[in-house]
Amino acid sequence: MASGVLVICEQRGGVIRKVTWEVLSEGRRLASQLGEELFAVLLGGPGVMGVAEALGHWGAVRVYVAEDGELSDYRGGPYVRVIGDLARRIGPNLILMGASSTGKDLAPRLAARLGVGCLSDCVGLSVRDGRLVGRRPIYAGKLYAEVMCKGVPQVATLRPNVFERLEPDVSLRAEVERLEVQFDEVDLRVRQVELREEAGGRPDLTEAEVIVSGGRGMKGPENYGMLEELADLLGGTVGASRAAVDAGWRPQSDQVGQTGKVVTPNLYIACGISGSIQHLAGMGTSKVIVAINKDPDAPIFQKADYGVVDDLFKVVPPFIEEVRKLKAE
Amino acid sequence: MKSAIPSSRIDERSRLDNGVNEERRFIVDIVVLMKQVPDTEAAIKVNAAGTGIVEDDIKWVMNPYCEFAVEEGLRAKERFGGVVTVVSIGPSRAVEAVRTALAMGADRGILVDDAALWGASDSLGRGRVLARVLRDIGFDVVFCGKQAIDDDMAQVGVVVAELLGVPHLTFVNSLEWLDERRLRVGRQVEGGTQVLEGGLPVVVTCQKGLNEPRYASLPGIMKAKKKPLEVKDLAGLGLDGGEVGKAGDTTEVLRVEVPPARQAGKLIEGETAEEKAMRLALVLRQEAKVI
Repeated sequence: MASGVLVICEQRGGVIRKVTWEVLSEGRRLASQLGEELFAVLLGGPGVMGVAEALGHWGAVRVYVAEDGELSDYRGGPYVRVIGDLARRIGPNLILMGASSTGKDLAPRLAARLGVGCLSDCVGLSVRDGRLVGRRPIYAGKLYAEVMCKGVPQVATLRPNVFERLEPDVSLRAEVERLEVQFDEVDLRVRQVELREEAGGRPDLTEAEVIVSGGRGMKGPENYGMLEELADLLGGTVGASRAAVDAGWRPQSDQVGQTGKVVTPNLYIACGISGSIQHLAGMGTSKVIVAINKDPDAPIFQKADYGVVDDLFKVVPPFIEEVRKLKAE
Repeated sequence: MKSAIPSSRIDERSRLDNGVNEERRFIVDIVVLMKQVPDTEAAIKVNAAGTGIVEDDIKWVMNPYCEFAVEEGLRAKERFGGVVTVVSIGPSRAVEAVRTALAMGADRGILVDDAALWGASDSLGRGRVLARVLRDIGFDVVFCGKQAIDDDMAQVGVVVAELLGVPHLTFVNSLEWLDERRLRVGRQVEGGTQVLEGGLPVVVTCQKGLNEPRYASLPGIMKAKKKPLEVKDLAGLGLDGGEVGKAGDTTEVLRVEVPPARQAGKLIEGETAEEKAMRLALVLRQEAKVI
C-alpha cells in the first residue's frame, strides 16, 4: 500500500534551494496528519552527499541521495529516470516538490510516468479522507480551484515563498541511502551547454521577499537606479511592468505579471505602475502592497494596502533616506 | 535520428506544402499544440455549480503562449521546409482559434472535440489524446505554449513528451537551430538562463521573449479558409472517453471560488511629497512591520 510523503529536494551548485525548506516543512506537516513518514530525495553531481544530511533536520526519516556526474546540472531525462525508479520501488503516497523552474519541468513528467496527474503551483494543501487536496490559482489568480488527487501517488508542486518554513531541529537525524543510478541513452539525449547566471547578486523575483517595481511612470531606463538602490537597502530585487519591458527599459526576466513572473513577496512597492489586471495577476498575492503614482485613479490603488498619490520622483528619494535612517537604528 | 513519419505521409506532405519543399533537403513535420482560452481582459465568473466558470459573454482567443509556439513552428518551416500542423482540444468554438493559426501560416489543423473531454481537469488525460494524434500524424518537433492562461497548469507539453518517449525543453525563451536535426535553447530559470542542446524529435514549450508572433494577414485569412481542418472525436482516434476524458481523470476539481478580497488600503497623507515619504516609511516599519 502506498505510504509516505516523498519530498524532491533541489540544489544548485551544492546549495539547497530555499523552496526546498518550505516543501519539507509542509511535507512534514502532511506526513504527521496522515500518520506516515517523511522521505527526501536529492540528486546532484559529485559532492552532493555532503549537503544531504541537513535535510534530516526537517524530519525526514530517510534521505535518498543520487550522486553522479550526469546529475550535476538539472536535466529532465536523468532526473525523472532516477526519481521515477525510486518512486516505483518505495511506493510513496504523496510526492511534493517546489514549483520552481525545475519542479515545473520535472514533476509533470514524473507524474505521467507514474500514471497520474499533478497539481501545479499549489498555494495551500490539505488532506481529506486520505486524499491530497491542493488550492491553486487559475485564470491568473482571478479564481482559485480546490483540486483533489484521485490516483496514487498524489503529486503536487508548491509555489515558492508561500508555505511556512519551520525551524530545523538539529537533533533529528535521517538515515542516508545512496541510490545506484542507471541511465539509458534515451535519458541522456539533452546536454547542458552552460548555466548563465545574471550578475547582480539580487534574489530572483520569484524568491524575493521585497520587490521594488517600476512601470511607465519611470519615464526611462536611466531612472531605475533609485529603485535598485532601494531594493538593495531592503534586501530585495527590482521588477518591472510590461510597459517598461515592452519599451525596452528593463529585460523580459524582470517583468511581473500574467505573461511575466508571478511573485509572492512580503513587500511589493509599485512605482509609476497603473495596475492593469495582467500586472495584478502577477503580484496580487503579495503580503503588503505599496503604490506610488501621481494618478489618483490608477487601478493599482484598489489593490494597494498603502497608497501615495504623488510624483514618484519626489517621493522615492526621501523615502530611500528614511529607510536608510530606520535601517541604521 | 530517423523521422517519426510513416512513408505514406510523404506524398501528402508534398501536396500540403505546395512544392515549396522541393528545393530543401529535409522534410520536417512540425506540430504545434494550441489551446483556445478566454481573453486576459475577460471578467471570469464562477458558474452556478461552483466547479467551473460561466462561459457566456467571453471573448475567446488563442492562448498567448501558444502564439509563440505557432510563430516558432512557422519559422522552422521557413527555414527547413515541411508542414506545420496545429493540433488542439476544444469544443466547436475552438475552430476559430485553429483558423487563426492557419491564417498565420500553418498548413492544416486538427481539433479534437468530444463531450467526454468537457470539464476534464487532468493534464494527463489531455496529454494522452494529443499524444495519440501526434503518433498518428508523425512529428519531428512539437511546439506548445509553456502554459495555458485558463488553468495555468503548465503541464501538457511535458506530459506529451513523456507519453511519446521524447525529451522536452521547457520555458524556452531563445532557440537556435544548429542544423536541421539539432537545436540549442535558452531556458528561463531562477537567476539566469540554462542553455541546453538536443536533437529531434523533441517537445519545446515556449516562453515569452522567444519571438514576436506575426499577425494574420488578410491574404492569410483568406487562404486559411481553404486549408484542411479536421474535427475528430475520441472514437475516431481509437480512444475511450472513460480513460482519457473527465471520467478517467486522476484529479478532480472540487470547487472553484473567488479569492477573498483584500482589505481596503489607506492613502498616506501629507503636505509635501517628503512628508508622505516619511509617513510611508514609518507606517511600513511600525504598522506593517515589513521593513
